[in-house]
Amino acid sequence: MIEFHLDAHSGVAPYLQLIHQVRQALRLDLLSEGDQLPTVKDVVGRLAINPNTVLKAYRELEYEGLVAARPGLGTFVTGTLGDSSPAAIAPLRRELQRWLAKARRTGLDDESIEALMLTTFRSATEGEENIA
Amino acid sequence: MIWLTWRQFRAQTIAAAGLLAILAIAFAVTGPQLAHLYDTTVATCHAQHDCSIAVGTFQAEDSFLQDLVRLVMLAGPALIGMFWGAPLIARELEAGTQRLAWMQSVTRFRWLAVKLGLAGLASMAVAGLLSLMVTWWSGPFDRFGAGRLDPAIFSERGIVPIGYAAFAFALGVMAGLLIRHTVPAMAVTLAVFAAVQAAFELKIRFHLIPPVRVASALNMAWVTETGSGGPAGPGSLYIGIQPNLPGAWIGSSQVTTAAGSTSLGPVPSSCGPNATYSACTATIARMHLRQVIVYQPGSRFWALQWYETAIYLALALALAGFCVWWVRRRVS
Amino acid sequence: MTAVLKAQGLGRRYRRRWALSDCTLDIPAGQVVGLVGPNGAGKTTLLHLAAGLLQPTTGTIEVLGDRPPASPAQLARVGFVAQDSPTYSGLSVADHLRLGAHLNPGWDAAMASDRIERLGLDPRQRAGKMSGGQRAQLALTLALAKKPELLLLDEPVASLDPLARREFLQGLMEAVVDQGLTVVLSSHLVADLERVCDYLIVLVASRVQIAGEVEHLRATHHLLTGPRRDPARLPEDQHVISASHTDRQTTLTVRTEAPIHDPAWVVSPVGLEDLVLAYMSRTAADARRPELEVQR
Repeated sequence: MIEFHLDAHSGVAPYLQLIHQVRQALRLDLLSEGDQLPTVKDVVGRLAINPNTVLKAYRELEYEGLVAARPGLGTFVTGTLGDSSPAAIAPLRRELQRWLAKARRTGLDDESIEALMLTTFRSATEGEENIA
Repeated sequence: MIWLTWRQFRAQTIAAAGLLAILAIAFAVTGPQLAHLYDTTVATCHAQHDCSIAVGTFQAEDSFLQDLVRLVMLAGPALIGMFWGAPLIARELEAGTQRLAWMQSVTRFRWLAVKLGLAGLASMAVAGLLSLMVTWWSGPFDRFGAGRLDPAIFSERGIVPIGYAAFAFALGVMAGLLIRHTVPAMAVTLAVFAAVQAAFELKIRFHLIPPVRVASALNMAWVTETGSGGPAGPGSLYIGIQPNLPGAWIGSSQVTTAAGSTSLGPVPSSCGPNATYSACTATIARMHLRQVIVYQPGSRFWALQWYETAIYLALALALAGFCVWWVRRRVS
Repeated sequence: MTAVLKAQGLGRRYRRRWALSDCTLDIPAGQVVGLVGPNGAGKTTLLHLAAGLLQPTTGTIEVLGDRPPASPAQLARVGFVAQDSPTYSGLSVADHLRLGAHLNPGWDAAMASDRIERLGLDPRQRAGKMSGGQRAQLALTLALAKKPELLLLDEPVASLDPLARREFLQGLMEAVVDQGLTVVLSSHLVADLERVCDYLIVLVASRVQIAGEVEHLRATHHLLTGPRRDPARLPEDQHVISASHTDRQTTLTVRTEAPIHDPAWVVSPVGLEDLVLAYMSRTAADARRPELEVQR
């Protein structure tokens, strides 16, 4: 069984952090199909957070098809994150390296590059969320 | 609620029970001896013409225990008020625990009524038992002088200690409730209780039942002194008397003329500076003076006890009622 | 959802000073409500009014459908732990549990002793000899074991060290899961409440400044930074909570339901602590004008 942790000062909403940690665990093979997620009471008893936060995270994961709640038994992993095969990643990585070289040639330093990447990524994700 | 009251009151109850037990043992050991001693020395003293010696010796018996009894009976009700009454609510208010008690599923009325009722009854029971034992043990001592009506003795016998304890307790609870701090409440309880006690002893008790007023011819055996400086001025006659009415509580005694005036006229020549006592008294005997004595007869002991106890109990009930009303309306 | 606590124009005065004024609230069931504000803002007064320890001077308050304290039956449905967790210093832990058993009809003795055991409290130890954290846990156990529907806690973690604080909140959240409680807890520090609350009430200078679900508050409050501008010239639907200016730049905290279109502003989210601080730093005149109550 995995254990959650919470970064109270990261600015990321707690339920999103929980979702992220489940997805990480799936990616790193710490969770497989059929494993049980910690009960709401366990999570809340460890992290001292609102139970509705945990419920929201688990509902979201269920909506994404990654887990399923079985009444009286708990919440269990049902799906996998199958969309990250090495073959799909390699061309993306090459494209990113080309873009980085281009950014360096225009004179941007490391910090500016990082800031540009982060703000673009954030506004893009928010845009996706608003549409979704 | 009964369990909680007992648990909070446990230490005080045990202390009181311990004190009662110790006194009971002391009384049981010395009491019968005292009664026997009285019967053999004082009761027969008239035949042997040594009453003053017999009485004096007897009154010195068990003097430590006598003093202890006097102290316990004098201080008892006040201590009950200070240590049982004042902390009852004040300690809860000081610690904030009333917010714990009042959030249990019990109304404030029930909370206070049970506490007041049980602790109040306990106070009265302790006072009653104490008074019972002391009244029995002191029986032989109380037969001298004004007997049980003597103010110093009256408040330590019979049923009035029950009234005192109830009143002091209710007074303490009210002081604690209004002042909200234990130590100042104890001080206020002591002061007010002492004031009320003093008022009763000095003024009120004598008039609870209209006293007996007897006017009769001057009994020369009761005259204790003569001289000048009477009511009419420096040159007027003054006669002092000490009535001997066994068991009675003398309020006032006065010598008056046959017409009833307290002004006895000028000092007669036979009572002047160079006169002899017998000549003076002989002259006074011929003046047909009268004496007016206002007193409470010893037979009224129990009537006075009942009246006084009833008043104190009524006061206690009124104070307790006020406390219940106040707690429900005014306290957080 | 049924409202667990409803207040309408509620006010309470002590001699001359109004400790709470014009308080209108509608707290739904099943949430953990944080009541935050500086010392003296009226948090304790509001909780005492809800618990029935105080009577209102003006306005009305209804808890679980009744005016408190309506009856022993209603008292049984509301649990309250006052500031500094008062306990009887001369009574042991076991005595306190017996107290609860005798005075509460709905007492769950098994749950109470189970909780005491799990917390590691010695039943024979007197409350006066326990640490602050232990006394807080004992007081919480007493409040929980009578199985209330609403739990009111007045600054429960204010005087606790960080470990005791964490343990207290852990136990509280477990109880919320187990018993389906509605909880109202007050604090003068938002940091204490952020983790556990999903509904927030900000109380400053005896008035409710803002009240609403935490998610909604986060979504509707924004930090705007941009060139110097007069806050009065903003659109109607953007309410300025706090403003600060330099000679070139203006920083505003605003509340608005609509998105912000003006490109001159850089819009950032406002953390809960900064949000509360913004409300706390309003001028006295603004503070008397309550923000419209934010519903779900």
